[in-house]
Amino acid sequence: MSTGKNPGPAVTRTAVTRTAGSRLAALGRAELTLLLRNRVALFTVLFMPLLMVFAMQSAVSGMDLEGSGLTASGVLMNGLLGMVLLFVVYSNLVSTYVARREELVLKRLRTGEASDLEVLVGTALPGIAVALVQSALMLAGGVAVLDLPVPANVPVLLAGLLMGVAMMTAMAAASTVFTRTAESAQLSTLPLILVSFLGSGLFVPLGMLPDTVADVLGLLPFTPVMEIVGAGLAGAPAADLLRPSLVGLVWTGLAVLAVRRWFRWEPRH
Amino acid sequence: MSPTPPTTATTSAPGPGPGPRPGSGSGADSVIDVTDLHRRYGPAGPEGFDAVRGVSFSVGRGEVFALLGTNGAGKTSTVELLEGLAAPTAGRIRVLGHDPHRERAKVRPRIGVMLQAGGFPSDLTVAETARLWAGLTSGPRPVDEALALVGLLGRRTVRIKQLSGGERRRLDLALAVLGRPEVLFLDEPTTGLDPEGRRDTWELVEELHAEGTTVVLTTHYLEEAESLADRLAIMHRGRIAASGTPAEVIAAHPARISFDLPEGWFPGDLPPLAPLGVTDHSVDGRHVLLRTHRLQETLTGLLDWARAEALALGRLDARSASLEEAFLSIAGELNGHEAR
Repeated sequence: MSTGKNPGPAVTRTAVTRTAGSRLAALGRAELTLLLRNRVALFTVLFMPLLMVFAMQSAVSGMDLEGSGLTASGVLMNGLLGMVLLFVVYSNLVSTYVARREELVLKRLRTGEASDLEVLVGTALPGIAVALVQSALMLAGGVAVLDLPVPANVPVLLAGLLMGVAMMTAMAAASTVFTRTAESAQLSTLPLILVSFLGSGLFVPLGMLPDTVADVLGLLPFTPVMEIVGAGLAGAPAADLLRPSLVGLVWTGLAVLAVRRWFRWEPRH
Repeated sequence: MSPTPPTTATTSAPGPGPGPRPGSGSGADSVIDVTDLHRRYGPAGPEGFDAVRGVSFSVGRGEVFALLGTNGAGKTSTVELLEGLAAPTAGRIRVLGHDPHRERAKVRPRIGVMLQAGGFPSDLTVAETARLWAGLTSGPRPVDEALALVGLLGRRTVRIKQLSGGERRRLDLALAVLGRPEVLFLDEPTTGLDPEGRRDTWELVEELHAEGTTVVLTTHYLEEAESLADRLAIMHRGRIAASGTPAEVIAAHPARISFDLPEGWFPGDLPPLAPLGVTDHSVDGRHVLLRTHRLQETLTGLLDWARAEALALGRLDARSASLEEAFLSIAGELNGHEAR
């Protein structure tokens, strides 16, 4: 062993200062490598949303959408985007965070220069990137193949997706508090996924429900995301976006608070 | 049981008692200052556990400082606080002049950390892991240089999960030194290494020491502390029971002689002990234990007496002062009984 007392050109000690951006890139790159090597996670991320949509296809086709201004493909596209956020970002990330925690990777990363937030965001980057790329491809495919209308308001659609990404990332970190192993994430993520599936307008448009029911369901965490995404797809007056924006921010804030308060960086002893 | 004052760590050099002070290490400026550190796990009351109970010490620039102790003595709990992984329950820590927890961003680029158990994603290769770490580190060495330092260059394409425990330990060390840290924290760096790996690690630590790196290491290998450390502290049950240079710690724990008196003889029959150089003695039935700073003189006097009386001393055992003796007697005393 030698620490290299004669390091040839003595200028190897260039002061490379790492910025948050370069740290996030390093974390994201490593995490992407890991995602590509994990068959189960890769399958979930790439195919689960599509499988769910195929499964829902007949149910949605059988819906009475007359007079609602909706089309079956439009409802399915809405649900597909929701599925991408729930599976590719939320469910996938809970498994990833827990796996890294149990392997002591999070603890090790915390000894370095990356801040806590950078560690969590960097680890989430590949899932987030896949989700956004998938959404873009599906929207393009919907327009090209299924004759869906071009999204009415792309900035609003994008804002909805980004809120979804932020909320799902924060919820995933919060969900690790009651998830012991990467495998048990399959179970611990079910409550949010099921509640969102049934009550947040993924496949059952809230507009088809009685107003009081729709109002209550509007308070669920994932409903505002779907409402804003839906508004981006179909177009909606700006005033309709205020309530979902507030509800969405409150839930995201609550998840962030839960993470700050209860997130564990290492396995329970 | 000997009572232990709450903070007994400041035995080194001519420094005054506890409290903020310029440093007690070999250098004039201290790189690490710890004052009355406490760390508690769990809730208040009997369900919680005080892992660190009032620890104070400082480490001078360029020093190698070893924290020794039995399992559960509080070494790792202390080092994790120095690394800034958690905030102390009470007490004050300064690493390079900053609070390592609250001012992490200022401290981290200047320190290197090797945890007791390395945390690496098992599906990354050695090189990918090192590249990840280099991407998180300011002013890193080239990845291959760091891997070469610990002899892992030939294993760069191997997945972490296929590495042996010793290889993981060495990878962890490579990452700890990747940023050419001013202060290096090594938590049990040689646990799980074979003798050759241990010697390689010692050599690397010595080279870094020679280049001026300050090193804080924990270990339960006494010879490791004795050969590497400029100063050391022995922790026991969350407190520092002894500290100083290895020579000082050894000197504070004198040599010992033990034997059994034969049937019919009693401790009162022994010659006067003080003139033989005995500083302390204890008796358990016919078993006698003597402590002395002048082992040869005491032993000669004892054996002369035994020959004159034609006695055979049973189980006669004489041990010169060593770190191991100091360690065992501290652990033994504080446990409320004599060391073996």
